[in-house]
Amino acid sequence: MIKSLRRLALVFTGPTIIAFAIAFAVPFLVGLYLSFCEFTTVTNATWVGFDNYVRAFSPRERFLSSLGFTALVTAIAVLTVNLFAFTVAYLLTRKLRGTNFFRTVFFMPNLIGGIVLGYTWQTIINAVLVQYQTTLISDAKYGFIGLVLLLNWQMIGYMMIIYIAGLQNVPGELIEAAAIDGADKWQTLRHVTIPMVMPSITICLFLTLSSSFKLFDANLALTNGAPMRQTEMVALNIVNTFFTRVGVEGVGQAKAMVFFLLVSGLAFLQLRATRRQEVEQ
Amino acid sequence: MKPSKRILGAVAAVAALSLMAGCGGGGSTGSSDESSGASGGQVYYLSFKPEQDAAWQAVAAQYTEQTGTPVRIVTAAQGTYEQTLKAEMAKSDAPTLFQINGPVGGAVWKDYALDLSDTDFYNALLDKSMAVEMDGNVIGVPYVVEGYGIIYNQAIMDKYFATSGAKAASVDEINTFAKLKEVTDDMQAKKDELGIKGVFAATSMKPGDAWRWDTHLANLPIFYEYRDNNVTDMAEVSFKYNKEYQQIFDLYLTNSTIDPKLTPSKAVTDSMAEFALGEAAMVQNGNWAWGQVADVAGNTVTEENIKMMPIYIGVDGEEKQSIAVGTENFFSVNSKASEADQQASIDFVNWLITSDAGKSAMVNDLGFIPPFSTFSATEQPADPLAKQVVAYMGNTDLYNVAWNFTTFPSKDFKNSFADALTQYAVGNLEWSQVVEVFVTEWAAEKQG
Repeated sequence: MIKSLRRLALVFTGPTIIAFAIAFAVPFLVGLYLSFCEFTTVTNATWVGFDNYVRAFSPRERFLSSLGFTALVTAIAVLTVNLFAFTVAYLLTRKLRGTNFFRTVFFMPNLIGGIVLGYTWQTIINAVLVQYQTTLISDAKYGFIGLVLLLNWQMIGYMMIIYIAGLQNVPGELIEAAAIDGADKWQTLRHVTIPMVMPSITICLFLTLSSSFKLFDANLALTNGAPMRQTEMVALNIVNTFFTRVGVEGVGQAKAMVFFLLVSGLAFLQLRATRRQEVEQ
Repeated sequence: MKPSKRILGAVAAVAALSLMAGCGGGGSTGSSDESSGASGGQVYYLSFKPEQDAAWQAVAAQYTEQTGTPVRIVTAAQGTYEQTLKAEMAKSDAPTLFQINGPVGGAVWKDYALDLSDTDFYNALLDKSMAVEMDGNVIGVPYVVEGYGIIYNQAIMDKYFATSGAKAASVDEINTFAKLKEVTDDMQAKKDELGIKGVFAATSMKPGDAWRWDTHLANLPIFYEYRDNNVTDMAEVSFKYNKEYQQIFDLYLTNSTIDPKLTPSKAVTDSMAEFALGEAAMVQNGNWAWGQVADVAGNTVTEENIKMMPIYIGVDGEEKQSIAVGTENFFSVNSKASEADQQASIDFVNWLITSDAGKSAMVNDLGFIPPFSTFSATEQPADPLAKQVVAYMGNTDLYNVAWNFTTFPSKDFKNSFADALTQYAVGNLEWSQVVEVFVTEWAAEKQG
């Protein structure tokens, strides 16, 4: 049985392998090759070695500064999104009237695309700032606050759903046992509920971390890097390098490679760190 | 079980088919691939302006009907031409006819651009110096000329000239920066009397909407700097006429409909709407703007009242300066396409500028002011601003301001400059810092 299955392995995994190769592996390898080349179109490239990588880190490229800004936005967004999402989820798993209605309401923003959100928030924030005779792109801190606001608004709903699922899976007898042992609400939350929902926290941290780190569409629509590229996140910086400038396509590609290593490295570390916290039920 | 499975299979098949159709049909005009024309070649043109897509599709259909040569027109989305072209050129079915935006685009695409010096459409050019040449090859031929300046509303101007103490009696008297400032300052002071919110429509500094300042207005100081040095391109500039740029930019900001601090929230369409509604008397833009003005709901600007004058920035001898006429639209033929396709593309362009149907499409449907000798004086577009441009082009007393912004290093340079201008407009940057950005970014981006 096992033998015949092994013989058929390619038949079963083949389609997936082919799809994976076309959509991911091949473009990735071509991209890796191109990051060492100078090129205009991807089919016509000349080898230049590590030049692109050296240039990518020069201050003029603003790659490192955009990385710093991205890290800042990500750090704040991961914290606030998860804090709010968990709070909302916690409240909506109490026995309140209309929880289903509120869950839907909180989830809705997630259905709107980043570009639309970006322009919508731009209009909203400008409408507020106009009272103070200023605009969103007059100061980088407005752009920063705007991005964090937008990320929160967009991601809280989705994370909330995951937390709700996690919270509903906390066995009632554990809570009850804690109550009998005299634990107050805070102690129950801290020592029973949170350890039990650790898998949800893992997923949510992972999702928020990677999506805020890779954020592109909302950044493009909201500020497009203004003022003076101070709110340019890494993804936008790479796209701008590639498409708005002449003769630096290879540098853009090199940046993309560095970015890939960073995102995957971060996500891997984060996954490993939180995995250890999980408790078996 | 059985029937439901069959239905499921059918649904899956339909879904798969529609997916495939979706991929294959994306952007094509439906010209059949089997029926190739007489020469056996076919044309694939990657077009630049989304607003002209429908007109181009009609032209293509007409050409295919007349000659049998399949013509496929694909239009890149607004502001994405370079990236679409980069992607399309990497395909085996690459565009045979594409466009470059001038010497800078030419440098990027020179390996892909055929030498056009023997073509009829190059030889029909009124001014051959307008073509893009690189390494002795003609790689881009302009197919349209455009002009920009300060567009004004004659009705509001007349109202002003009738007020007591008006600083001029007619627009003809405005032929220097000093006069422009004197008149607009006075108009701004009398804005309530004139029923306007400000002389100049909002200075649109919204990201992506600052091209009127980072490109068109910035062209003037660079034009004069090139002229002083007697060159057509420079690896480094000193931004010699930055004071002149600053004074016209300040004029736009102060005699405006809005507070300078709010300029980053305004788009070009906002400015054009203000002009169309009669809230502003002047707006800097080009002949392509008539459509935008005419389409605004509640437009109060009539065809005979919309006029254009040169942009005066305060350079010696500018009384003789005309509007800025030029182009950033050049046809290039893909040198990597098959010879039959290259010939088909050349034939297509020749047809556009020589046949009656082609000429009519160029002038009436696409609204182009053509730079070719094959067009007579009557074969020109009918819209009022294009007429103004044609009139300025025919005025030999004035010298034309060339479109030197086609030599600006890159879009990234323009974005950096626009960002600095925005911060200057809202009061966060000193002018000297803007100049520094301009000079350093120019030099750095020219290096590539």
